[in-house]
Amino acid sequence: MMQVSISERPLHWVLPVSMRPMADLLHLVAEKRDADAFRQLFQSYGPRVKAYMMRQGADATTAEDLAQETLLMVWRKAAMYSGEKGSATTWIFTIARNLRIDRLRREVAWQPLPENADEEPSLDPLPDEQLDERQRREKVRDALASLPSDQSEVVVLSYIEGLSHSEISERLGLPLGTVKSRMRLAYQKIRDALEGIEQDLDRD
Amino acid sequence: MNIEMKIKHHPDWATLMSCAAGSQPEALAAVMASHLSVCKTCEAEVAKMERVGVALFDAILPTPMSRQAPIAAARAQIPGDRMDDIEVISSNRLPASEVPYALQAIVGDDLDSLPWKRLGPGLWHYPIKLSENAKGDLRLIKVGPGHALPDHGHGGEELTLVLRGSYQDCTGHYGVGDVADLADDIEHAPVADPKDGCICLIASERPAKFKSLLARMMQPIAGL
Repeated sequence: MMQVSISERPLHWVLPVSMRPMADLLHLVAEKRDADAFRQLFQSYGPRVKAYMMRQGADATTAEDLAQETLLMVWRKAAMYSGEKGSATTWIFTIARNLRIDRLRREVAWQPLPENADEEPSLDPLPDEQLDERQRREKVRDALASLPSDQSEVVVLSYIEGLSHSEISERLGLPLGTVKSRMRLAYQKIRDALEGIEQDLDRD
Repeated sequence: MNIEMKIKHHPDWATLMSCAAGSQPEALAAVMASHLSVCKTCEAEVAKMERVGVALFDAILPTPMSRQAPIAAARAQIPGDRMDDIEVISSNRLPASEVPYALQAIVGDDLDSLPWKRLGPGLWHYPIKLSENAKGDLRLIKVGPGHALPDHGHGGEELTLVLRGSYQDCTGHYGVGDVADLADDIEHAPVADPKDGCICLIASERPAKFKSLLARMMQPIAGL
């Protein structure tokens, strides 16, 4: 995926390339206003954000603009990113999600960025956070892949197409209650998978 | 004040997921943000649910960008500095209030100083303006001791968050911080606490339903 020179960052050699360097790049952007780091973030996330915006109903031009704007916000707010609140991907996804609500739906994004929401120090141990986060995300991905199609369908419509429960119920011609129960069933499985990994991590 | 310990009624998981996905209608999102600012349990659950969004985002098939990284625009944006135009809103800086942090920016921190409008005996409301494109309805409702809460419509999703006092219906007793996230076919006939009454933030994704409420309020009997 990302081309990052390991030799420049010897301390992080044990960490997965796709996770830690992204956080490093964000820190470089925040502290040094490093244009190369920003370009790398842009190359990794720009096309994803653009695809996300198109799935949410934007045309290609609007999606490009919103992806550009998302990355500009990443540059602007990089100093607000703190690795302890989640991975760089989570943080950038949150920015894209809120920008999408603001621009595509022209509504108020009530969900704050994670860094704004809570100033209390995290109780999670820091050093392994990124590694744990990657494992957790893999678990979530596996759990998503193993969902029955009627459940994964509503989850994708909610998260990726940005539809409300009522909009999903109209789209699929299902009662609202059925949409909600499918969402619950899907999350129960994902949550169980995550609880499994919490126990594994505690044991380590 | 520790509301956290007393919260008994939380939103449905499906509602929390839609919140994590950023897919709720604006009015419902406002109630969720308000509840999350007093409920660590749901805040943590939503954080877990955000991982679902991140995993899907991560797996999305990328679409190539047509323009380069906006380096020049980025540099031009904040000449010489990096954080000047960003106001970091710390929850610690906001006054402690019965109004949840998320809502304070909209209605202030003092419920008693709001220009409440009387709807009928023992019933006042304060409508909250949504974005132009939003279709739903968001308002604060103040109900006098022992009075019935308005039947704010069936059809579509609705959420009620208690900010002061409490109310009781066939599904239970709802106190400060509690959220009623009920299926739309439940007839619940809520009644405000006989001593303290009740102030709630009520969101509905459909606009018209509250009109029927207003019509009903014109009827002479408040007990519905």
